[in-house]
Amino acid sequence: MKRILRVVRKEFLQLRRDRRMFGMLFVAPVLQLILLGYAATVDVRNIPIVICDLDNTRQSRELISHFTGSDYFVPVAYIYDINEIDHYLKSGKAGMALVVPVHFGRDILAGKTPQLAVIADGSDSNTSGIGLSYASVIALSYARNIVVQRAEKFNLIKNPDDLPQVVAQSRAWYNPDLRSVNFMVPAVLVMVLMVITLTITSLAIVKEKENGTIEQIVVTPLHDLEFILGKMIPFTLIGIVEVLLVLFVSVYVFNVPLRGSVATLLVLSLLFIMVALGLGLFVSSISKTQQQATMTAQFFVMMPMLILSGFIFPIENMPKFFQYITYLVPVRYFMEIVRGVFLKGDGFADLWPQTLALFLIGAGVLSLSVYTFRRSLR
Amino acid sequence: MSHAIEASLLTKNFGSFIAVDSISFAVEEGKVVGFIGANGAGKSTTIKMLCGLTKPTSGEAIVAGFDVAKHPEKVRENIGYMSQKFSLYSDLTVKENIEFYGGVYGLSNIELRDRFSWVMEVADLKGRENLLTRDLPLGWRQRLALGCAVLHRPKIVFLDEPTSGVDPVIRNKFWQLIGQLSGEGATIIVTTHHLEEAEFCENIIMMHLGKIVVNGSPEGIRRQFSNLPLFEIETAQPLNVFNLVELEPWITDAAIYGNNVHVYAEIEAPVSAIEGILKKNGIVDFQITKASPTLEDIFVKETRPKTGVPNV
Repeated sequence: MKRILRVVRKEFLQLRRDRRMFGMLFVAPVLQLILLGYAATVDVRNIPIVICDLDNTRQSRELISHFTGSDYFVPVAYIYDINEIDHYLKSGKAGMALVVPVHFGRDILAGKTPQLAVIADGSDSNTSGIGLSYASVIALSYARNIVVQRAEKFNLIKNPDDLPQVVAQSRAWYNPDLRSVNFMVPAVLVMVLMVITLTITSLAIVKEKENGTIEQIVVTPLHDLEFILGKMIPFTLIGIVEVLLVLFVSVYVFNVPLRGSVATLLVLSLLFIMVALGLGLFVSSISKTQQQATMTAQFFVMMPMLILSGFIFPIENMPKFFQYITYLVPVRYFMEIVRGVFLKGDGFADLWPQTLALFLIGAGVLSLSVYTFRRSLR
Repeated sequence: MSHAIEASLLTKNFGSFIAVDSISFAVEEGKVVGFIGANGAGKSTTIKMLCGLTKPTSGEAIVAGFDVAKHPEKVRENIGYMSQKFSLYSDLTVKENIEFYGGVYGLSNIELRDRFSWVMEVADLKGRENLLTRDLPLGWRQRLALGCAVLHRPKIVFLDEPTSGVDPVIRNKFWQLIGQLSGEGATIIVTTHHLEEAEFCENIIMMHLGKIVVNGSPEGIRRQFSNLPLFEIETAQPLNVFNLVELEPWITDAAIYGNNVHVYAEIEAPVSAIEGILKKNGIVDFQITKASPTLEDIFVKETRPKTGVPNV
């Protein structure tokens, strides 16, 4: 025990002298939060749209005002030649184009069904998909207005609300405004915790290999497990500090509601830190230099796991094969845990399947990595 | 006297390269033993196998009475090891390094205090306790590394090229320190490629291409090789003599030492043969004597490729 504490003390002393590492530990998470909290919003607003009104009637202008009056679209240009659209979309000046055909107004008055053309820049499939659905919603509401006006005109109804209709009253529980910050910022907790704990453990261990200090350790009576524990305890503590730091910024800077208990989050974070440390140990047992360790950690461990974690890309949309793989990705479970605790106020009663999965994966990863690490020492 | 180390048929292969080729030897307790050899001769690999840092491909080693393969932890309690490369924490201070290793070796606080001042003294580091070890000059670093390796007063101390890269003054200080440790009863195993350091050792093991070529005390080895066909030609024209004798196929080696030329004359009646060449070429003022070989002569002789065998 005394020996483990010696190693712990040594780690902290070394960490304190390593300015860059210090920056990485405490500046990087805040930077990540700011970037992902403010910049990486998946809310689509203010799509630049180019408007080509070939009809130029009262009806067409009214329709267009529905578009330009919404939050979703910002008109960048009004043109009268379809061929110009290409220029706007290609140069990226506009993300979408709305074409109102000739005779649009006349057809409406005649009770026909005129067509609108909405063209989107599909190279950004996310924005264009959402933009197109906004466009159809706007067109639909315009069409309903016409029906209402018509009905009133012929005295078919007294009150426009009498018109029979089916309305879906949608509510987004747990995140009623569908703020993407609420969704992203808790995820940053997961990412930061993984990146920091995994990277620093693997760096701290591989550094000893690179400098040859591990050789000196191996010939002492210090047991391998004592060495591993001595390495992991400081990084676990740092991980907890990271959680508190991210939690503080999420709640007080980004106003993300923390509905669950901090204690639950801390206990489950501890479990996840174990998994990340195990992965870090594994990376360091297969790497010889710090560069190798960083590359391995980034491209073979963290990136694939983040992509498969549901952090950005919904797991339900993945091909079945990848969905099965995600069951093996510990980040997936911790992502569900963190979002659950933050937004839904979940406790252990709700999260036990994820907790169990995380525990099993963690136990597996830790024992495998302790085994490979000890083998790599000799 | 019992043995501190017994190695039998110790072998280490790295792929198809044989670093250490089934060597056997024993080291008596309390001796200072030098492993001499060129780079790549297998000295460091041998030491690493004895410390349990590298698993032997085959063969076994008993160190401090314990089989390295079976009871590495018992072995580690009894040995100190200083690697070729400086391997203390360069981002920790002198004091922090000593405290760390003291803790790892399980020293009590009193013992640690005692050993701390001992290291400060022998490594000449008083007043530098709070310097980062990366800022220490090499000679100091080496002595600190040795100090840390023997904090727990191990029975056996392994020093892998401890004096490479340090100046002669520091090297002598280092050997004084080794002498002190030996005086306290420790067995010292040291590798070096400085042959003059071999004279400080009680036993010498010369290695070449993974094999032990010579093993014995310096005097014993010199005695063993006293009948080498080594001759000293004292002359006023050493360069001319050298140029002449070097051309002869039976002179397998020649070197100039001041006014002397040392030659290996592998021929019957070497003295008359050498006289013959020199006289034929008009050199008359010379004197040929049988020379007793130095350790360097013996090392060079033993590691030179035998006729017909390419030097690998």
